[in-house]
Amino acid sequence: MGKARIFEICSEYAECEGPLLPILHAVQAEYGCVSPEAEAAIAESLNLSRAEVHGVVSFYHDFTAEPDLRMDVQVCRAEACQARGVEAIVGAAEAAAGERVAVKPVYCLGLCSVGPAARVGDRLYARLDEAALVALVERVA
Amino acid sequence: MFRIEDHPFIARQQRLTFARAGRTRPLSLEDYAATGGWAGLSRARRIGPEQVLEDVTTSGLRGRGGAGFPTGIKWQTVARAQAPRKYIVCNADEGDSGTFADRMLLEGDPFQLIEGMAIAALAVGAHKGYIYVRSEYPHAVAKLEAAIALSRDMVAPFEVEVRMGAGAYVCGEETSLLNSLEGKRGEVRAKPPLPALEGLFGCPTAVNNVLSLTAIPHILSEDGAQEYARLGIHRSRGTKPIQLAGNIRHGGLFETAFGITLEELVHDIGGGTASGRPVKAVQVGGPLGAYIPPAQFGLPFDYEAYAAAGALIGHGGVVVFDDSADMAAQAHFAMTFCAVESCGKCTPCRIGSVRGVEALDRIRSGQARAPGPVETLPQMHNARKTQRSLAEDVALLEDLCETMKFGSLCALGGFAPYPVLSALRHWPEDFGIREEEMADGL
Repeated sequence: MGKARIFEICSEYAECEGPLLPILHAVQAEYGCVSPEAEAAIAESLNLSRAEVHGVVSFYHDFTAEPDLRMDVQVCRAEACQARGVEAIVGAAEAAAGERVAVKPVYCLGLCSVGPAARVGDRLYARLDEAALVALVERVA
Repeated sequence: MFRIEDHPFIARQQRLTFARAGRTRPLSLEDYAATGGWAGLSRARRIGPEQVLEDVTTSGLRGRGGAGFPTGIKWQTVARAQAPRKYIVCNADEGDSGTFADRMLLEGDPFQLIEGMAIAALAVGAHKGYIYVRSEYPHAVAKLEAAIALSRDMVAPFEVEVRMGAGAYVCGEETSLLNSLEGKRGEVRAKPPLPALEGLFGCPTAVNNVLSLTAIPHILSEDGAQEYARLGIHRSRGTKPIQLAGNIRHGGLFETAFGITLEELVHDIGGGTASGRPVKAVQVGGPLGAYIPPAQFGLPFDYEAYAAAGALIGHGGVVVFDDSADMAAQAHFAMTFCAVESCGKCTPCRIGSVRGVEALDRIRSGQARAPGPVETLPQMHNARKTQRSLAEDVALLEDLCETMKFGSLCALGGFAPYPVLSALRHWPEDFGIREEEMADGL
């Protein structure tokens, strides 16, 4: 992870007020994580302490310290999807996930009247039953 | 022949905020202008800030995010504040389960939000607006960015920018949202100072929900404020986009004037549960909303009526559960959610929610807790040396909920007791408590 590239990303947001979150999103998107080295480089670029940057990175669920090479299938596990039976089908999806897919919980995808719902990348899937969710996981793998 | 327009779900709606969404092309300026778009903004420019504030106050519009604070008063506070820079912030961090009205509006009619923000900016004298959207809504972010680029000239010199959240539920709370926008941890700030006086970057800021801001263009149309104020009941004026969700046959967005009852919503309009089983409970207002039993379905949709019943309207999400739901598990989920999503700023929420989960674990397992090694030390004079009974554990949980309710800085810790206590009160049998034990003063 090049320090120069991180500086470049930071300079793209030079005009922004309060640029830290957009920068972290950009770094997370490019490297799949915000590593300690990236934190240090961002801190240097924004004239913040490393502790301040680390505090922000560790606060939000979207930023991770290490890359996860597995594909993400986010399954909505909030109350509305619970009422539509997501808890009964998520076990089968986790079993089907194997080593290549990470089935992660999310609260929530805003598809509360057509759950259970899942998200892969920017694609959303609704009205899932066990077979459809397992098929989705297998397709992603 | 049966026409879809005659179905109660369509026929009984009164759409003001959602008049356009789903009927026009979301990113077509032509469609927007042809359906009355920009009329509110041009009238606002004509009548000036004072009259705009007057109109918004007359309409009786209250914050649609859940707190129900009068929008007109909030705007007046920002307008009267003396500062070189002021901001409009739109809260589109719709994290509550069972709510999706913001998402539908952002995706279906983004120009209306931009127009509402431009009117707000004119009223309070702000130069810049931010829309804080959660990262779980990628399509809404894309639509908004496109809409902002297309409508730049229409709202100039006012500027709007979209910012994406990063998966923290608490950032839907206005002060933690402001911290997040500033690039900080999304920790709640103590109030006062109110964001209206010291908000984003310390400047006066009007923080409004998507649905509050999108009600504005209609209110600012000719006679719009009076028409808006005529709808609704008591101090809840205008229309409320209600979201029917969960285990319901006809789910979706249902906009209507305040005053409709849950009975009408769940049975007449929603058609009962999707599973066909009897309704056990509905949760109104997201993960922090109370569970309401069918016996109370006569409750009218009204901020004060809900508050009096120990419930809240929140963002208007109605999640239906059938009789297979375990309310003790739902109470446990609510506390766990609070523990995971707590920002950590205040003790009642940070520690109280964890202790609440532990107490619920004990109650649900029916296992009384023996005193721990520290509690049995001779120097711990005030600690209990005997086992706690189920009744005592329940009393402890209720006491803890009381502390969280009144001691937390924001609504996360303050409202997390609502689902827990309502589940405990109405469905004690799910917690393994017999009715006569409840009658004995639990």
